[in-house]
Amino acid sequence: MKRFLPWIALLALTSVPMWLKDPYLLNAFVTTGIFIVAAMSLNLLLGYTGQLSLGHVAFFGIGAYTSALVSLGFDVELVGGFRVIHEPWPVWLGFIMAILVSGLCGYIVGKLSFRVRGAYFVIVTISFAEVVRLVALNWVELTQGPLALTSIPPMALGLPGLGYFEFFSKQSNFYLVLGVVALSYVIISRLVNSRIGRAMVALKENESLAVSVGIDVTRYLVLAAVVSAGIAGAAGSLYAHYLKIIDPDVFLFLYTVTMVIMVISGGKGTLAGPIVGGLIFGFIPVVARSFAAPEIQWILYGLFMILIVFVLPQGIVPAIEKWFGVGEEPGVPGAAAAKIQDAR
Amino acid sequence: MDARSTQAQPALSIEHIAVHFGGLVAISDMSFVVNEGEVVSLIGPNGAGKTTAFNVITGFLRPTQGEVRYRGSSLNNLKPHEVTSLGLARTFQRTSVFQSVSVFENVMIGLHRRGRSRLWDTLLALPRERESERELRARAAEILALVGIERRSRELAGSLAYGDQRLLGVALALAADPSMLLLDEPVSGMNATETARFMHLLDCLRGLGVTILLVEHDMPMVMGVSDRIVVLNYGRIIAEGPPAAIQGNPEVIRAYLGQGAKKRARD
Repeated sequence: MKRFLPWIALLALTSVPMWLKDPYLLNAFVTTGIFIVAAMSLNLLLGYTGQLSLGHVAFFGIGAYTSALVSLGFDVELVGGFRVIHEPWPVWLGFIMAILVSGLCGYIVGKLSFRVRGAYFVIVTISFAEVVRLVALNWVELTQGPLALTSIPPMALGLPGLGYFEFFSKQSNFYLVLGVVALSYVIISRLVNSRIGRAMVALKENESLAVSVGIDVTRYLVLAAVVSAGIAGAAGSLYAHYLKIIDPDVFLFLYTVTMVIMVISGGKGTLAGPIVGGLIFGFIPVVARSFAAPEIQWILYGLFMILIVFVLPQGIVPAIEKWFGVGEEPGVPGAAAAKIQDAR
Repeated sequence: MDARSTQAQPALSIEHIAVHFGGLVAISDMSFVVNEGEVVSLIGPNGAGKTTAFNVITGFLRPTQGEVRYRGSSLNNLKPHEVTSLGLARTFQRTSVFQSVSVFENVMIGLHRRGRSRLWDTLLALPRERESERELRARAAEILALVGIERRSRELAGSLAYGDQRLLGVALALAADPSMLLLDEPVSGMNATETARFMHLLDCLRGLGVTILLVEHDMPMVMGVSDRIVVLNYGRIIAEGPPAAIQGNPEVIRAYLGQGAKKRARD
């Protein structure tokens, strides 16, 4: 049963644009989906290696800017009169560049900051995000600063000569985002259910024991950071080409907090957690908007969040598994881990 | 893997090791040898430097001076996971298991170094990934059966009885496929039955040709399993020899065993 659940969920979501024609709700699905991808990437770090990256939005924003700039082209003068001119590239190349550049940033941040753990890692990642935001704000020649990068082309797939498909409509963007969610899910689930994922969980659980059984700590932490940053970059790229305008506000701390809320409420260290948490917190503002005044909406959002953390401290997914006695299969870390931590 | 044929070949040699923590001298000048296939115990009062010696050997601590060699290669500047890959595995005094994953998964984590799948195998779910996982599972089951906790394999490690947790700690160390095992107080807190089970396990391991260095306070057990005993006091070796000689050594009795041991040894 549990094996088929992801497929059933995928099938159900595939049908959504067929019966849902309201553009506002479709838009909510698309933006929520983009943040779910980002939350899934955060979950890889937070839920499996146990490291909280509170600057995760940096990778998201870097992905957004990289993708936008690669597909728009730019012309900057660097120090010493050295001029870099970049002609616009196809959008799908921008998407790939976004993943690579974000992954590289993940590598650098990982290498530098995994010398420190816990609270220090949190501080390093926050600082990193803030520095990147300031660069995006002040390097006007490249990023237009607060004036924002505008008329970013929509995502397009295809080969020269065979024609392109542009993801212009909300329906097509829905499927695009759903595809990226599914792909990220597959990548993350394969990683965490392999010896690599076991190494990550071992580091979270008991680092000196992990080291003594021969696990190279830094290697797996950096690997998690690279994959996580790369997926966040992909989410950023989707964001840029969907909204078609980005400004340095994509680096707002608020977005990191949104991702953390999605992961924690859904259940960190579970594959479905960020998706469930993401759908709930992506749609609370939408649902609340239909009956409440703006100030009430956010109060409801906050109350609901506090309620979940209070009643289900280990998250929604582990709680549901416990109720239905599904449980994760023996040997699969995650829900079980959350249970024990909770009992302590 | 025959223990006898390789005997008297030094496996681990500790040469003039000293460890200073600031002004405190944890180990002053320690030298001893563990031969292939031997079971050697390191005993001494609390604070004598036994665990410090373990940490130096396994790369968790850098010695202030001196050298540790295993089968000819120096361990001095190696990281713990590199020491493990040379075939030295250890257990810890306290937290020695991954509490919130199942017993089986614990051993699977321990088998990390034996996995052959690369990142691409995992991401693309290539046949090598599945094959490697299947091998690891089979090996994990074998190890659990060897230490005798295969019936607990689906339980969470944190929910095991204390004695079983210690056994799982040994299983984890064995998973690294060591040629030498360092056990830090493996039977502390165990009852008599559990200790007896553990001694039986040590016999099995010795039969497999695994060299063992043991730190332990349980004297009947130490005397029962050791080929040789090294006695530490205040960071320095005060005696070394077979169990019978150690039991009768006046300095060891004064420093550690107490007068009662002398009487027991005579009986």
